[in-house]
Amino acid sequence: MKSPTCSPLAGELSHAPELAAALQRRRVERRRFALSLLALVVALVASVLLGTGIGRMDLGWSTIAQVLLNKLGFQTAAVDRTTEVVVWGIRLSRVVLSGLVGASLAAAGVVFQGLLLNPLADPFTIGVSTGGAFGVALLVMLGVGGSFLGLSPLPLAALAGALGAMAAVLVLSREAGRIRKESLILAGIVVSTFLSALISLIKSLDEESLSAIVFWIMGSFSGRGWIHVGFLLPYAAAGLVLAAYHSRELDILALGEEQSHFLGVSVSRVRLKLLLGASLLTAGAVAVSGVIGFVGLVVPHLCRMLAGPSHGRLLTLSAFTGALTLIWADVLSRVLLASGQELPVGVVTALLGGPFFFYLLKSRRARGIW
Amino acid sequence: MVIRAAGLELGYGDRVVLSGLDFHVAPGEFVGILGPNGSGKSTLLHALSGWLAPKSGVLMVEDKPLGGLSSRLRAQTLAVVPQSTEVRFPFSCLEIVLMGRYPHRRRLGSLTADDLIRALKSMRQTTTEHLKERPVTEVSGGECQRVVIARALAQDPRLLLLDEATSSLDVRKKLEIFELLNHLNRTRSLTVLCAMHDLNLAALYCRRLMFVKDGRLLVDGPTEAVFTPEILAEVYDTAMEVRWHPASHRPYAVMLPLPPGVGVEEDKDFGSGGQGPTATDNPSPPTPPRGL
Repeated sequence: MKSPTCSPLAGELSHAPELAAALQRRRVERRRFALSLLALVVALVASVLLGTGIGRMDLGWSTIAQVLLNKLGFQTAAVDRTTEVVVWGIRLSRVVLSGLVGASLAAAGVVFQGLLLNPLADPFTIGVSTGGAFGVALLVMLGVGGSFLGLSPLPLAALAGALGAMAAVLVLSREAGRIRKESLILAGIVVSTFLSALISLIKSLDEESLSAIVFWIMGSFSGRGWIHVGFLLPYAAAGLVLAAYHSRELDILALGEEQSHFLGVSVSRVRLKLLLGASLLTAGAVAVSGVIGFVGLVVPHLCRMLAGPSHGRLLTLSAFTGALTLIWADVLSRVLLASGQELPVGVVTALLGGPFFFYLLKSRRARGIW
Repeated sequence: MVIRAAGLELGYGDRVVLSGLDFHVAPGEFVGILGPNGSGKSTLLHALSGWLAPKSGVLMVEDKPLGGLSSRLRAQTLAVVPQSTEVRFPFSCLEIVLMGRYPHRRRLGSLTADDLIRALKSMRQTTTEHLKERPVTEVSGGECQRVVIARALAQDPRLLLLDEATSSLDVRKKLEIFELLNHLNRTRSLTVLCAMHDLNLAALYCRRLMFVKDGRLLVDGPTEAVFTPEILAEVYDTAMEVRWHPASHRPYAVMLPLPPGVGVEEDKDFGSGGQGPTATDNPSPPTPPRGL
């Protein structure tokens, strides 16, 4: 009964050539990844500079360079105060914020798609955004104004709403101490639908608040500054660290929860941490910018097609690509209308993302991914 | 003892599937778990893998309560090959096998040469080496199953649980896998427990058989002693002949046809005035199976 193709002794033979080949392959892959990362970093720096330079007020590149160099501690020619505020306080902060939001949304999209094994999952799938919108709607209706730590209370309300919605979804989806992905999606739909109804109720009860709520929901970086960057940063950092720390488990979860368990992943605990990370990323982003769609859906798909399904790399690439995407979407939203008016950036991402996603779907089907 | 079960009761929700389970499995045993559909073979394996917590009773693995082991330690001790695997992302087969190294890897450490060697070795043992770079979403069901077996071997376990793991493989691949399991069992004292339907495959390789039926462990003993026509008939409600093969020196079962009429429902016309043929249109009843 000994078979030549599967001799049990084959396992004892030397693996030197194959091992060398496999190691070589990994080295090549790692080098390719490092190169694409380098390219993305260069593109990001260039985009930040270009994004700062492009705007309604034509300042000239040398002035912008002077402001930035002054701010970084190099002494160059003095620049007048207004220009400095426009370049540093308004434009650069906005570019940095849009990059950070883009990175957060794209990374959250990677986590949600991997966690729910659903290609249509995005950062807003489990109702986090509706929670944020509800928080804002409630605040607008109650007419709470003023400022808190130098920040308007809207981001705080959005954050509280988003985190509250996430907590509600987690509580609803727990069954006998386990978080199942089917019940997670269902709970997300339930919470999201219920909150949407409440938002509609607020809108119909209080017509004055309608435009403020609608404008906020569309998503925009208009009027945001460094304080918003500071507000988002801890959430983005915590979320990214949580996601990256568990990227290996995210790979294994693609085999389903049972097999992940067999391989030694404590499925429920890891799922909870990943959900928490992705929700923090989303909640932070929603709080400072409103609801910006498609970035968290399209960017992970694009990166998976280019870099393969391994989540460690996918997260890194998606974060950079998401940052680039949203920086340029925001630049477009500023300059697209000839009248000088701004478009909500959420409209720009939806207008560009819709057709692009359709294209990805078409070409992806041809390659048999998903 | 690798496994010690005492007064074990298993089930889902309020439903009890198996109860009163008492058995030991010593290191180096090769055990087949047999029984009709729905008898609880998979439930038993689910419990042994730690996925299903027992409703009551004691379940120890290597003299430690299974429920108290950390996920990592459990996965270092035992590996499971499920009936089938569906992977949703196009990981390469080598990446899938490398996932078997997860319980041995340090959290932030990168892949070591040892991990790669073990993965490649288990791929060679399961004749899946040529699939290394192929996306697992593009290989056949049988190939995928062998990749999953390779992954379980890469886990380097002391106890291997297989749940109908070779059902989707052809005869040759089945035998190859079981030859490999047999080899690992004898040379590394890998303890093997497999739930299976294929009686003759079980008789060929398993040295001990456990028959489950009607919610309990009906018979448990050395294959030579329990692979008898009487026990098989009781477990499967089917008459079987057991013979010894002169070359393999192992018993094998021959199915006998069911008594005439059993399992054959006559074609009855349900609707009145339907289009289909009625009993009177079709005077000859379906022929009962004839003897071989």
